[in-house]
Amino acid sequence: MKFAAGVDVGSTQTKCVIVDRDGQIVARSLIETGAYVTRAAERAFDEALASSGMSRDDVGCVVGTGYGRFRVTFGDLQITEISCHAKGACSLFPGTRTVIDIGGQDAKGIKVLDGEVLDFVMNDKCAAGTGRFLATAAEALSMSLGDIGELSLQARNPVRLSTVCTVFVESDIMSYLAQGKKLPDILGGIHSAIAARTIALVRRVGLEPEITFTGGVSLNVGMVHALEERLGVPLNVCADSHYMGAIGAAVFAMEHGLARAQEA
Amino acid sequence: MHDATYQGRLHYLQKQLMADYYAELTASAEGNGAPAAYLLIGGNPVELLRAFDMLPVYPEVNALQLAVKKNSLGHIQSAEDMGYSTDNCAYVKADIGMYFAGRKTPFATIPEPSLLLCNYVGCNVYLHWFDHLAEYTKKPAFHLDVPFIRTASGRPTREDIDYVMRQLHQLIATCEEITGKRLDEDKLRRAIELSSETGKLWSEIKHLTKHRPAPYDAYFDSVTMMAPLYCLRGTEGGLEFFREARDEYARRAAAGQGPLPREDVRYVIEGPPPWPYLRVFRDMFARWNAVAVASTYSTVGGLWEFGFAHDPDHPLESIAEHLLSWNLTNRNFLQRYDQIERYLDEWNAEALVIHSVKSCRLFSAGQGDMREYFTKRNIPTLLVESDLEDPRYFSEAQMRTRIDAFFESLAHRKLTASASASGDKA
Repeated sequence: MKFAAGVDVGSTQTKCVIVDRDGQIVARSLIETGAYVTRAAERAFDEALASSGMSRDDVGCVVGTGYGRFRVTFGDLQITEISCHAKGACSLFPGTRTVIDIGGQDAKGIKVLDGEVLDFVMNDKCAAGTGRFLATAAEALSMSLGDIGELSLQARNPVRLSTVCTVFVESDIMSYLAQGKKLPDILGGIHSAIAARTIALVRRVGLEPEITFTGGVSLNVGMVHALEERLGVPLNVCADSHYMGAIGAAVFAMEHGLARAQEA
Repeated sequence: MHDATYQGRLHYLQKQLMADYYAELTASAEGNGAPAAYLLIGGNPVELLRAFDMLPVYPEVNALQLAVKKNSLGHIQSAEDMGYSTDNCAYVKADIGMYFAGRKTPFATIPEPSLLLCNYVGCNVYLHWFDHLAEYTKKPAFHLDVPFIRTASGRPTREDIDYVMRQLHQLIATCEEITGKRLDEDKLRRAIELSSETGKLWSEIKHLTKHRPAPYDAYFDSVTMMAPLYCLRGTEGGLEFFREARDEYARRAAAGQGPLPREDVRYVIEGPPPWPYLRVFRDMFARWNAVAVASTYSTVGGLWEFGFAHDPDHPLESIAEHLLSWNLTNRNFLQRYDQIERYLDEWNAEALVIHSVKSCRLFSAGQGDMREYFTKRNIPTLLVESDLEDPRYFSEAQMRTRIDAFFESLAHRKLTASASASGDKA
């Protein structure tokens, strides 16, 4: 078996990663999940294959992860995104002891050792402090998600938000705009509020360095900065942090496929 | 070996007995039965009501039955329309909604009460629940003030016992007034004798899950048996059911039969189940071959497995003891830790699952600390949250991810441990 794939069907986006036997990423894809979960998983897989000129037969094992993991009907195995984020983080940053993952609807903290999940916490039933919060803030300001992080770095006197509620943040932003607050200061306040909430959540499992930041929100430089400032330590982040669930799933798929081949 | 007829006979017997009980409720509602006394599960003094031939009605049991039968949400919403807050305990809302919908349920017509016996005042919401019912039904409410356990020894003081016994005498006078009968001491003694025997059998049943595999699931099957334990305790039929249950589970234990084809994980669980999603929740554990070998929630009405039994020679005193110290809800937090520690240790469990419910802040407060307490003792502990009655608080995908991740990491840890152990040998 030369290649294995991980498909991470998230609430907002579906990611696919293909790795070789050394765990090196050879292909990746990212699409919006939409209403048809199985089709999204298949499309993400096919796009990753097409980008590297492979066919399905080249991939020996597929692991599905994320909320839609049971709809990855062509997968050999389903593993939760918690285990996959831990696996992926430890594969790219072997010194990882804590994973902070912020996705579209989830924020989680995972305590790990050698790729093994020791403990985890997640937000419950509330999108405060998740990617959705940032998206709502960006919409309220008619900005793109990519720009708000960048601009938040220019904050001089970040505002203090009265809420981290994804619904009420809009009125909070409006009231600051009405008061004539500067855009970077409002954005600085938003990022700092999420950082505080995330850290309070992750503290429940302990916050031991090295800390690896994963999930879609890890692409936001403002968020990385706000977390690092509060934690006082640098975070492990890389261009592929967004794909961490799929990377972990692909590494699991490779391990599983090789073990299966050995048994046969 | 997995047995497809598992619980068949027992299940049938329970169905029969509970159908008879609900028929009695309906008869009472239609004016052809015994006067009904509403009471609460926590340390329920049902024996005293039996001495007056009063019919015990548990609004909590009715509420949870509504939830299991997917009938709770409409009633909860009617109560919210009346002005009950979304944050209010959903047991209360389902019950109040059902009351104003004519007390008709898929299992019985619930009779109007003759007495509202609030035997658990530790919960402020429950106290007001019975006050509201008193106002709606124009029937008397009797509040039994049972002090929490607050001694280091975990035992009630002599003064506490006397204080509760004095109130039991007042309660007897109230029941005499309502029923127009004097207390029949022989009847009370007989009810206490039956309860005592039932309690001993229940304790035996609880200890059977020390077997590997456990002969039944001490959460999902135990909570089902709570209905006969509370509604039928102190009757011949109730005793007969628990004798059958003990025999059946002892047989299964001896034959090495468990509730699942395999027992990979033995865990302890704290908190009530999400009644509206009982089956879905159970399956989330079953797919990991995880069996609960002990549960704290099944001791809310009474904690029998650590040696308590009603004493026919001291009926009122043992009712007071039951109310004060031999039920989960009246015990302090350190006692709750001790109880879980004993389960983990003596029942040989490797993990703890805490299901925290939004309805009951009294019971759920402190469960974050509990998680930390056991995590620090290297017991893998999972805390999940939903509700016991309101289906709107249950998110299947979120719940499944947390439970799957927890058992994944447990399985992985065991694999690593056994790999390193075999490596050591080599």
